[in-house]
Amino acid sequence: MKARVTVTLKNGVLDPQGKAIEGALKSLGIEGIESVRQGKVFEIELADGDKAKAEAALKAAADKLLANTVVENYRVEVLG
Amino acid sequence: MNAAVVLFPGSNREGDVASAIKRITGKAAKIVWHADEDLPSGTDLVVLPGGFSYGDYLRCGAIAARAPIMTAVREHADRGGLVLGICNGFQILCEAQLLPGVLQRNAQLRFMCKEVYLRVERSDTPYTRRYNAGDVLKIPVAHGEGNYTADEETIKRLEGDGRVLFRYVSPEGKTDPKWNHNGSTNAIAGVLSDKRNVLGLMPHPENHVDPLIGPTDGRGLFESIKTVLEAA
Repeated sequence: MKARVTVTLKNGVLDPQGKAIEGALKSLGIEGIESVRQGKVFEIELADGDKAKAEAALKAAADKLLANTVVENYRVEVLG
Repeated sequence: MNAAVVLFPGSNREGDVASAIKRITGKAAKIVWHADEDLPSGTDLVVLPGGFSYGDYLRCGAIAARAPIMTAVREHADRGGLVLGICNGFQILCEAQLLPGVLQRNAQLRFMCKEVYLRVERSDTPYTRRYNAGDVLKIPVAHGEGNYTADEETIKRLEGDGRVLFRYVSPEGKTDPKWNHNGSTNAIAGVLSDKRNVLGLMPHPENHVDPLIGPTDGRGLFESIKTVLEAA
């Protein structure tokens, strides 16, 4: 079973890396970019089993390690 | 005074801080491996040194904060024991939630390796009693992620409770965005836990203790700890 945890900065948290990437994209002449926020994606392989249990385990993983909930939000997806 | 310096894979300032402790207190610090579960008996100061534990993977200090030794460090802190986190050690203490907030990428996105000026905000703590409030210290920094950030409520609480111990200032001791070299909220360079026994700071006082090298403004921090522990 495959799963994905996406970690993003909370709204209002300054993201200097995102800003730098945004500037670089604009300087490449790519049109229509309004803003960029940088985050992380974790692709996780799980032992097959109950989907609800898997979600709970991934949530625990995100709370305990993958995200720093002081400044980050996360989203858990079990892809099947 | 019995100091223990925790060595994580990727720490690199453990020798500097152990040398400063030996020089100032006359007693060698014990180096403790991160995978150990216990601190040496009688430990009264734990130091988490600077460096790049686990290569800064995931987030600075994130993996070290979950190392086996950290359970013992947390228990030591809960008992009121002194815990000092310098640079990566500060990042580890924040990740372990022994201190609030987080250290983000420097606002200018550059690694900073230079001397900065710090103002001592209060002298009635175990770490600063050999200084005076308002003293300006010249101390080196070397970090890429030292931009102290926390939510508004936490900052208000830290300020209200007098838990900001060091601030980045001008040579005259004034706060000024120009001298807040990493963009930290309120120019915060070091914060205390609510019981004031845990201190995290980004600058390296351990590197300014030897007149052969230059200024010795960092000595006071270790002399303060020595004074407090020897009086206990």
